[in-house]
Amino acid sequence: MNDLLVANSVSKSFGDFKALNNVSISVPKGSIFGLLGPNGAGKTTLIRIINQITMPDEGKVLLDGSALKPSHISDIGYLPEERGLYKSMKVGEQALYLAQLKGLSKQEAKERLKYWFDKLDIGDWWNKKIQELSKGQAQKIQFIVTVLHRPKLLIFDEPFSGFDPINASLIKDEILQLRDEGATVIFSTHRMESVEELCDHIALIHKSNKVLDGKLTDIKRQYKTNTFEVGMQPQRENADAILKAISEKFEVHPATFKNLNDDLKLNIKLAANETSNDLLSFLTSKAEVHHFVEVVPSANDIFIQTVKNN
Amino acid sequence: MNHLPLIIKREYLTKVKNKSFIVMTFLSPMIMIALIAVVAYLSQINNNKARTISILDETGLVSDVFKNTENTTYSILSNISLDEAKKQVKAKEEYGLLYIGKSSDTAQIANAIKFYSEDSPSLTIISSLENKLEKKLSDLKLQQDGVDIEKIAASKTRIDIAQESFTGEKTSKIDNILKLAFGGAAGYLLFMFIIIYGNMIMRSVIEEKTSRIIEVIISSVKPIQLMMGKIIGTSLAGITQFVIWMILGGIMVFVLSAIFGIDMAQMQTPQQEMMQQAMQSPEVQNEMQNVMVAFFKLPILNLVIAFMFFFIGGYLLYSSLYAAIGAAVDNETDTQQFMLPILMPLILAVYVGVFTVIEDPHGTISTIFSFIPFTSPVVMLMRIPFGVPIWQQVVSLLLLIGTFMFAVWFAAKIYRVGILMYGKKPSYKELYKWLKY
Repeated sequence: MNDLLVANSVSKSFGDFKALNNVSISVPKGSIFGLLGPNGAGKTTLIRIINQITMPDEGKVLLDGSALKPSHISDIGYLPEERGLYKSMKVGEQALYLAQLKGLSKQEAKERLKYWFDKLDIGDWWNKKIQELSKGQAQKIQFIVTVLHRPKLLIFDEPFSGFDPINASLIKDEILQLRDEGATVIFSTHRMESVEELCDHIALIHKSNKVLDGKLTDIKRQYKTNTFEVGMQPQRENADAILKAISEKFEVHPATFKNLNDDLKLNIKLAANETSNDLLSFLTSKAEVHHFVEVVPSANDIFIQTVKNN
Repeated sequence: MNHLPLIIKREYLTKVKNKSFIVMTFLSPMIMIALIAVVAYLSQINNNKARTISILDETGLVSDVFKNTENTTYSILSNISLDEAKKQVKAKEEYGLLYIGKSSDTAQIANAIKFYSEDSPSLTIISSLENKLEKKLSDLKLQQDGVDIEKIAASKTRIDIAQESFTGEKTSKIDNILKLAFGGAAGYLLFMFIIIYGNMIMRSVIEEKTSRIIEVIISSVKPIQLMMGKIIGTSLAGITQFVIWMILGGIMVFVLSAIFGIDMAQMQTPQQEMMQQAMQSPEVQNEMQNVMVAFFKLPILNLVIAFMFFFIGGYLLYSSLYAAIGAAVDNETDTQQFMLPILMPLILAVYVGVFTVIEDPHGTISTIFSFIPFTSPVVMLMRIPFGVPIWQQVVSLLLLIGTFMFAVWFAAKIYRVGILMYGKKPSYKELYKWLKY
């Protein structure tokens, strides 16, 4: 069994409103799984069901092969989008309390907290109250509390919001390290560049339905249009003739990209039976090629395209 | 996993360590005592002021009833006209002038009495004058009719009907007063406790919502555990505060009376004068003993046990509703619309307790309200000193516990949905929908 978490046709309604409609996802062990979708799509509802905060009306959720049960709470670490800590409680006491709620013993929690406080360089905050910390500082505490009990499954809802770039990259590295140590991460965000950077699997939820899921590279392969971005340096007098020759053979669109030379810049779309080598040998016969890249759709493109089409 | 003890501990410690809680715990009894002391002191000053009342008695029949006391001097005027007397009293800045006009008939004297003064006179002084005059005039009339006053005085009889139930239990009026005092105190204590600490629970739920920690917490514990933890933790903090208040209050009363003890004894308001006189009479001393006897005749064991159960049951019932309200709203201003349905039965209970139970502790209305769960804790606690059959107490308690379970279920439903709802001011219709989520 390679999937840590499997949701099977999960549905959930609030009154007349259907928040999730027959949604299934599988999160492979050791992956970073991007749960994407526009605002109000149902991501948070799904996450709350995984956390057993709400119960699904229909469908089943399996964690490590067995249906969700109360003892799974200590296997999951959840960083909700709506963050918050007890404002007038001291950092250390609060972290201990939350860790104990996740099933750690006091002694264990203390040792691990010390490790994390040293690691994130916040050791002297133990006796401060949350209201004395900045928003970013409070976020760090919240992050530590989420991962402290070493859960198998980590769920981060917009983990980078509120962090400056330095701390965001610090947290990103921590997430990657946790993944390398064996944790599985579900990652819900609108920030597509972080999806691109971190996720290896994604699922896209739109209007309560899952509209897309799978390995990010597979999806990109599926969404690519066999288009290549080309930059050439033809002789000035030949330029028009070359463009004409290419246009007759292939589907050509103008392209813009940054390059050192004053190039002829084109997007060339190949038919299904043509290969990139065919194109390249054709082009090199005409002029010097400086730039040749396959156009791969970004997560952002896929997101927008899918949401619009649905 | 049972996190209840952990949650209770946190709730308790946060409440108890809270600065305003500590300040209130130690300041409230001081403020109360200080307030009582100030009031006592002020009335003492007021009553200790020496005053002179002039009396112009044109009948010459009644002036002998006015005997000087420590604070009041009566000066009897004679051979002077009313106008002159008024001028004289005003010039001397005396308290006032009591004028008893001339009348041919003793029966008419009563209509010819007037009191003149600069400011309107105090009620106690006027009634003390009235008492003296009434007694004297009645005596005069009786004498006119040839009645021997001394015989009348000798014929006065004091009655205190001895009461006994068919099973041989003896009761008396004093017993009843004592029972009322006990029941009233228990009912009122519960009422206060619910209002003060119910609100505290509600605020603590709202605080968790506004600080947005709630989602983190309920991904670790069940909402019902969190709710029960809150209720129990806050109640323990409340009990702590109450006990400290009792102890502090006791100490302060002791200290204050040690310091001002002599002063307090000297506070000679007319009522206290009467009280003191009464205390010295053998009849009343006898009655004091009766009070002690009556106290030990109360069903004390029953009272204590019933108090514990009904107090806890009633308190938990109401506090779970307070917790539900806290979960349903975003801030305290939105709680108003939901407070009324909670306060209504509570106030009704106190009214029924005060007006009906005193009149007829085992009447239909008292009995019915001591079974309705929302009013039973208060009403039953007031009834129990009068002796309520055990089966009634048990049935009422079972009903209370049943309703409490239902209220917790209801509150937990609202709580579970409500704590994750933001930015909406829910209506009753909305709450009903939440029950079905």
